[in-house]
Amino acid sequence: MIDFEIPEKIAGIRNVVETVAVNMMRPVSRYFDEHEHEIPWDYINFMHTATRAMGGSSMAASEGKKEGPRFGFQRLAVMVEVLSWGDAGIYLDTPGGMLGSAAVSATGTPEQKERFLARFRGEKPTFDAMCMTEPQCGSDTAAIRTTAVLDKEKNEWVLNGEKIFVTAGHKAMLDSEGFIVVWATIDPSAGRAGMRPFVVEAGTPGCQVTNMEHKLGIRASDTVTIVLQDCRIPFENILGSPEVITDKASTSFKGAMATFDATRPIVAAQAIGLARATLELLKEMLAERGVTIRYGLPRQKLTSIEKDVIDMEVMLRSAWWLVLKAVWMMDNGKPNALESSMSKVRAGDVVNRITQKAVEIMGPLGYNREHLLEKWFRDAKISDIYEGTGQINRLVVARQLLGYRSSELR
Amino acid sequence: MYSFEPSDEQKLLIETARRYATDELRKASHEAEEKKELPLPLINKGWELGILHASIPEAYGGFGERSSLTGALAAEEFAYGDLAGAFAIGTPSLFALPILLAGSEEQKKQYLPPVIAAEWNPYTAALIEPVFDFDPNVLKTTAKAEGSDYILNGEKTFVPFAAQAETMIIFAKSKKETKGFIVPKGAAGLQVQEEREKLLGLNAVPFYRVKLEGVKVPKSYLLPGDFAPILDASRVAVAAMAIGVAKAAFEYSRDYAKERDVFGVKVAQKQAIAFMFAEMATEIEAIRLLVWEAAWAIDNKKEDASQKAYLAVTGAIDMVMMVTDRAVQILGGHGYIRDHPVELWMRNGRGFAMFTGLAMV
Repeated sequence: MIDFEIPEKIAGIRNVVETVAVNMMRPVSRYFDEHEHEIPWDYINFMHTATRAMGGSSMAASEGKKEGPRFGFQRLAVMVEVLSWGDAGIYLDTPGGMLGSAAVSATGTPEQKERFLARFRGEKPTFDAMCMTEPQCGSDTAAIRTTAVLDKEKNEWVLNGEKIFVTAGHKAMLDSEGFIVVWATIDPSAGRAGMRPFVVEAGTPGCQVTNMEHKLGIRASDTVTIVLQDCRIPFENILGSPEVITDKASTSFKGAMATFDATRPIVAAQAIGLARATLELLKEMLAERGVTIRYGLPRQKLTSIEKDVIDMEVMLRSAWWLVLKAVWMMDNGKPNALESSMSKVRAGDVVNRITQKAVEIMGPLGYNREHLLEKWFRDAKISDIYEGTGQINRLVVARQLLGYRSSELR
Repeated sequence: MYSFEPSDEQKLLIETARRYATDELRKASHEAEEKKELPLPLINKGWELGILHASIPEAYGGFGERSSLTGALAAEEFAYGDLAGAFAIGTPSLFALPILLAGSEEQKKQYLPPVIAAEWNPYTAALIEPVFDFDPNVLKTTAKAEGSDYILNGEKTFVPFAAQAETMIIFAKSKKETKGFIVPKGAAGLQVQEEREKLLGLNAVPFYRVKLEGVKVPKSYLLPGDFAPILDASRVAVAAMAIGVAKAAFEYSRDYAKERDVFGVKVAQKQAIAFMFAEMATEIEAIRLLVWEAAWAIDNKKEDASQKAYLAVTGAIDMVMMVTDRAVQILGGHGYIRDHPVELWMRNGRGFAMFTGLAMV
């Protein structure tokens, strides 16, 4: 039965999160944009305390019940949308499991989940991060060069390589006792089949944060370079069952891709939150200046601004339903690789078009740092880049629509 | 609770409608367009699937309750087969649904049972006017109260099956509001233009101009209810049909691109083309969800249902133009040849910006 009503359980938490967005994020949005690399501890501590009080370890924590309908990913998407509406950069500083945990949850054994994820329930806010991109490769994830060699005598993995663009890497490794998930190859000649995810915990010798990037937007979030130099980790830190070490059927790479099925709609939800913030502010600013939008009029009778705003609403609303459908499928155990990438493609487009147009419509006011429109225009761009660029996601979507393998549609 | 899955009953309906659309409507589409006529048995067969009947309560001769959402699901499937066929099958709805939504109890009892009789009958309605700034909420056709009658004056266009229709609804401006009036065939001053309208597409449906010169109808022929729910019903139906047309164009061009060789690979293996498909499918699915939401809002009597229906049709208009245009582009020169259906879909696609009033669910 098709239903567009927000589930009560989610509506309640949405209200709570909205209060946080309004009171703890918006007022400091500009400050943390202009003080790059400062950390919004007030927000972080509050979120940590609140999550603990509710008995959770992170926003993404699983529901822990077996019966009845599942809401976990839908709830997460709704929360992320609202937090990103508050501030897309500060949202990325939310403590508790994020992308690293998503990889652990998607590919780890029960023991690994307990061992790595328990830390988020601790006294102090804790972070994680995912390390995929390297200086020479981004979307072409099979081309990673970071190596993992098994030292059989000591039963340890030895990691070597350089990872860049690690979101929240500084907070995971230096500001908390967190961890990173490093994608490395155990067989450089095997391509995708050789790729495996490894957990490297904060404080591990040979793992260093070497650089913090200066970015166009989402400046409240740290983006770092991590160098692994003879970094030794226990054998058990390879995610998944031990067979994955010899299994050449590239199940591990599929694991990475399965992680993306879960995370892409969440990143899309982030884009939607920012787009909604922009559209709401734009309409407010227009209304203050006596411009109201006349819905229901035929196209040819609308002003150019009205057309733009109505198009934005169409884009925003339809993209949001793509996101919700993708997470709803996830919750209901339906394969969603297609819908997940579709939602990311659409949301990445939509947030950029909306933020760009909003700055254009408001003209000098849009370009002025007195208002947040220019900031959101900068924040938006990342949504079409990280967690798969719009282009790589189009490729993923197209391959599925056309029934092509990656070798057939390059 | 969010769900994006039709009910089992709806799934069955979708399946039945799709089978008819694929096996019958699509196969007849090209010839119908070229000969400018849909075979009556074909229309009847679609009629017999009972989409409208299921929307009319038992008290008025039907066997169900109106669901805009179920109607939208069926409309998409019919239009996927052939848009002209979808409009033709649904023409009696243009008469029946306004009566259901805005008619008095007496009007419902009198007019609904004959419409949903066994055979398809060309009951119809006239909303659109031959002006460039047409606005369904600000009509130029007027209805003035005079004693116990209304006097209608004006001109209508795009009236399907007007020449054959026994009775039609004429929408006119009455006290600044759009209202429906039941006008029987042969009413004095009602002129149905002899020659059919010549249009960019949709040539299989007979559309007529209708002139009203002092047409007098008793006051009891006024539909007392508001126009807004009628407009919403039409916007959702038209938007749902746009999805059907777009889906047809997407699938056809996809299958073509997977067959056609270029530079030693298939056309579809070129990113320039593959990306188009990714965007087409994404846009179709996004707008489909928007249309579903609008239909759902109507069914659940949400306050902002009208705005949602407006947004849905607005999105659908752009979406179907983009998708059908690309389908022609992907076929290249072959897309321009009438042997392939994509050029018809592109012509039909352009029409959605002015189709509101031609379908209702």
